[in-house]
Amino acid sequence: MLRDIIIGQYYPEKSIIHGLDPRVKLFGTMIFIISLFVNESIWGYVLATVFVTAVIKMSKVPFKYIIKGLKGILFLLLFSVIFTVFFTDGEVLVKIGFIKITDNGLIRGAKVIVRLIYLIIGSSVMTLTTTPTDIADGLEKSFRPLTCLKVPVHDIAMMMSIAFRFIPILTEETDKIIKAQMARGADFETGGLIKKAKAMIPLIVPLVVSSVKRALDLATAMEARCYQGGDGRTKMKPLKYKKGDYAAYLVFALYMGIMIGMGVLL
Amino acid sequence: MFGRKKKTTAKNALYLDTPEYEYIVKADNLVYEFKDTDEEGNETERFRAVDGVSLNVSQGDFIAILGHNGSGKSTFAKHINAILTPTEGSLYVGGMDTRDNKNLWKVRQQAGMVFQNPDNQIIATVVEEDVGFGPENLGVPTEEIWVRVNKALKSVGMTEYRYHSPNKLSGGQKQRVAIAGIMAMKPKCIVLDEPTAMLDPNGRKEVIATLRELNKTEGITIILITHYMDEVINADRVFVMDKGKISLEGTPGEVFSNVDKIKSMGLDVPQVTEVAYKLKKRGAGFSAGILTIDEFVEELFKNNTVRDRGREDSCSARMQQEAVKDLSPVSKKVPIITLEHINYTYGGDTSFSVHALKDLSLKLYEGEFIAIIGHTGSGKSTLIQHLDGLIRAESGSLYFRDKNIYDQDFSMTELRRKVGLVFQYPEYQLFETTVLEDVMFGPKNLGRSEDEARELAKEALKAVGADESLWEKSPFELSGGQKRRVAIAGVLAMDTEVLILDEPTAALDPKGRDEILGLIDRLHREKNITIILVSHSMEDVAKYADRIIVMNRGQAVYDDTPEKVFTYYRELEKIGLAAPQVTYLMAELKDKGLNLSEKITTVEDAVNELSGFIASVKKEGNANA
Repeated sequence: MLRDIIIGQYYPEKSIIHGLDPRVKLFGTMIFIISLFVNESIWGYVLATVFVTAVIKMSKVPFKYIIKGLKGILFLLLFSVIFTVFFTDGEVLVKIGFIKITDNGLIRGAKVIVRLIYLIIGSSVMTLTTTPTDIADGLEKSFRPLTCLKVPVHDIAMMMSIAFRFIPILTEETDKIIKAQMARGADFETGGLIKKAKAMIPLIVPLVVSSVKRALDLATAMEARCYQGGDGRTKMKPLKYKKGDYAAYLVFALYMGIMIGMGVLL
Repeated sequence: MFGRKKKTTAKNALYLDTPEYEYIVKADNLVYEFKDTDEEGNETERFRAVDGVSLNVSQGDFIAILGHNGSGKSTFAKHINAILTPTEGSLYVGGMDTRDNKNLWKVRQQAGMVFQNPDNQIIATVVEEDVGFGPENLGVPTEEIWVRVNKALKSVGMTEYRYHSPNKLSGGQKQRVAIAGIMAMKPKCIVLDEPTAMLDPNGRKEVIATLRELNKTEGITIILITHYMDEVINADRVFVMDKGKISLEGTPGEVFSNVDKIKSMGLDVPQVTEVAYKLKKRGAGFSAGILTIDEFVEELFKNNTVRDRGREDSCSARMQQEAVKDLSPVSKKVPIITLEHINYTYGGDTSFSVHALKDLSLKLYEGEFIAIIGHTGSGKSTLIQHLDGLIRAESGSLYFRDKNIYDQDFSMTELRRKVGLVFQYPEYQLFETTVLEDVMFGPKNLGRSEDEARELAKEALKAVGADESLWEKSPFELSGGQKRRVAIAGVLAMDTEVLILDEPTAALDPKGRDEILGLIDRLHREKNITIILVSHSMEDVAKYADRIIVMNRGQAVYDDTPEKVFTYYRELEKIGLAAPQVTYLMAELKDKGLNLSEKITTVEDAVNELSGFIASVKKEGNANA
């Protein structure tokens, strides 16, 4: 299951989307997510679908790859859908005991699921087409003004990019430890909640121990390579807006405008 | 803004300026003490990890430092990069005192350091960005960073991987990226702390070749810390550390002439060196410190009245031996695990899919000591996970004794009780508060009572030679070798009949390796446990296994005794493997027309064969005279 999570994985390719400035993509993702909430009409969803499909097409990331990424959050999706469907008032369609399904519930459930899926797809497209370092750089530069307020912007960005780097490593490690403990007869699947939680100890403890070791190793390696915080550092790839980036901003603004316009008119 | 700019220029000045110095690294009576303190901060224990080391390294040297785990070699190495500073004595890098804090970053720029674990030293998610990390920290201007990154990637031969994610690279490639990351800082010297310990043989070769190239063409001083002896034979000078002191130093030839002393320090010598040494002890004419097959051959002809008889037909005779796979099963034995037409594919139907096992059929017999060899990605890990039911085959059947484990009513718990699987680096699975509790985890999972589990655990701990004083300790307090024993005990305690081990000696020093292999051998002989050992070390495999299965592209290409399998060393090389060094030595001698057996795979056999041969030649010579 853990293998299926693709958020935070970079898909190397040369495309227009890959080439955009990370700040554009961060801003765009934000716009896209907000747009899902400003226009609840069916045409709003159609436009969002067309837009996101076009972006994915341009990014050259296979659809299959992105859909696969949704598997990891299946549980979350089901949970929120069931929750909305069962707890929304309206005209009752089916009633089993204290559980009732209403027409409004179904509609809202459908909306929730579409929004959630689009939200995940939108952010996946961003992370798949932007290297974590770029994301961190983009955030660092966008939030630089906060440095005045003593917010350690550089350090947070550095932590983020390191976290991204270690997600696949720790995923693999988790997989390995699960198998190793299964070989010792451990059972991670059956039993109630408490038993399941208890069964996680043989997984969590080794994972924490090894992460701490990795962290210490990495800190030493970074110091050995003269890392001493953000001051006085230069950039191999400093962020610079190009023509295409301004065009992209324009496209996003247009998209948002249409969304809001449709929301008001329809 | 002004402050930042000023700082950058100051740094630029630092990395451009070179002070006068005689030696790039100069250690003078260096002492480093670890201090343990109790909760109130009082000193409880002192331990001298490095105890009076003096050595000088000239610019452009290739230096190797050998030593077992805990000999102080890594602690010493960390001084060169100023990660640690001396408690007593001094260390100068490029004429700069490492104790002086103002030299810190300059020292680190001049003497870069590469560490053991390839994953834990790569910071960025794209290769080229990681290489740029060092120069960025030094405040190098953007355009120059690119020049340096391009050059550094080229110097380690990783240019074509520059846009890749480090996670998709092999271990050897990751280490080359780490080296490039140092090269981009324009160092004078690179210190490598066991850079190959976690790599497979091909990765090791890759890294060592890269280092040699950098040393030769760029004049970079290399200080290589290792416990693989074959990596140091080309070094300019070798230092052997023991108990924090330098106990031997000199050229590789000089150092390796002290075979007994090196072995007493828990280290090893190359196989040819050992053969020559043992033959010399039996009276043959060899000089001390033979390092290569060529030297051995030369000395054998020069000093032992053995003559080169030209290339007779022995070579072609071997070529005629057909390299067909020999899968003839040994009859009369009882099969314990049987695989029939097993297929398995990773990655489903995507473009990344890998056919890991292809129509694989094997019979493994009770009481065998089987070694599985194959390069990384040949399917051996997938295979052993099938044997324990952790991966389910897509098609085919797998029998444990006579039961198909894919049958509905087959109990996986039962299988896991009978078949124990010890993963690579098994110490990473320890989690309990005490060693004993940890070992009890397996038996308890399989339905044993607390008391039964405790008894089984104690027995297993005794079997792996874990001293009773360790049982109540936390597993995290133990040394690397001890942890691994305890982890093996954790699998043994399930009362297994088959023990599968995935590279149980990875990253151990020679002494630790011999202890673990000795332990496995004892379990096989005394408890009659069937052993399935996955290994990259052909020397170990030849010494212990009685059957070798060679995996390549998901298939078993050879399956026979070590003696037979290693006669196909040329074919093995084609699939990224090799034979033990003695096998090459014997083949070389046979090529020269000497009448020797080619089925030699261990040092002992080689010594016996050759001493018999030399004696017979002598007799012949005397008779002729």
